[in-house]
Amino acid sequence: MTAATGDRLLLGDVAVGDELAPLSYPVTATTVVLGALAARDWRPMHHDKDFAVERNGTRDIFLNTPNQAAWFERFVTDWTGPYGRLQRMTFRMLGSIFPGDTMVFRGAVTGTGVDETGCGWVALDISVSVDGDAKTTCSARVALPVAADDNPWERGGERWKP
Amino acid sequence: MSAIGVDDIDRLIGVEQYEEEGGFPVEQGYVWTTCASVENGNPLFWDEQVAERVTGGPIAPPTMVSVWFRPHHWAPGRTTQGLPLQIHFDLKEGLGLPEAVMSDNTIVFHEPVRPGDRLVTRQILQSVSDEKTTKLGTGRFWVIDVVYRNQRGDLVAVESYTGFGYRRAGAPGGSEATS
Repeated sequence: MTAATGDRLLLGDVAVGDELAPLSYPVTATTVVLGALAARDWRPMHHDKDFAVERNGTRDIFLNTPNQAAWFERFVTDWTGPYGRLQRMTFRMLGSIFPGDTMVFRGAVTGTGVDETGCGWVALDISVSVDGDAKTTCSARVALPVAADDNPWERGGERWKP
Repeated sequence: MSAIGVDDIDRLIGVEQYEEEGGFPVEQGYVWTTCASVENGNPLFWDEQVAERVTGGPIAPPTMVSVWFRPHHWAPGRTTQGLPLQIHFDLKEGLGLPEAVMSDNTIVFHEPVRPGDRLVTRQILQSVSDEKTTKLGTGRFWVIDVVYRNQRGDLVAVESYTGFGYRRAGAPGGSEATS
């Protein structure tokens, strides 16, 4: 397990195989509705149980995809601290997450490196699961400082190759 | 909005379509609402001094980029709504594929999005497969990119969506079918 020292996780603090501290969260109807409205997703299957059951054939309302992206971002930056800068995320939706579920985020480092611009990066495999079943998986790449005076957020143009 | 048939595909690959401006500027209040919804305590979004030191001022969480394009639930005088990812629906119509699911999507992040920014998107059809049969039915996979730029023309993000449009073969679709 690695963790940021101070507010800055450095590339040198990380090795392939490191695991992020799991995040467990009990999902309620409020979680789902708040997440949908925060993402400006007004579709009824994210706030109307009757609609979700009768029209979508699901057992309840379920977390929408954009809000899951926000959960994954939070999970990654809890680990990196504010100097971690997301480069890319790929999501695969496998199943739905409902009120009453306890969702568990897990992640592991699958690669590290420094690109041709000198930007440090870490590749992560992340998942959110319920009762051991993965509901969404995410492969992510996040830039990390290579030294205490480095800041990936200062990169742009030709110096940012996400 | 026009159907995309088989004969239109080659002509439209790589072509930017459907320029759309977000209906409102990026706003701090929605940043806090989103952070609250996932209990994201990243000080970039809550502490002005940290934001100034790290990102040169406040930014929005990168994963919020699509949030700024979802229209208000109601607006005065509006009678119809454009569909997000219109090319997806053009393909379904033009190829005669009534059902569709999105299988995965990738977001690549570029310049940070800041409160007050006004973003513009364009959609680009990247590829359409030959007909394939899966457990859902027979249809085609396609990849559509949504390119996001700010009011200065800076690239802020590219989202790539992989969709599968199909005719049903008896099995029900995914939990978040877009049809």
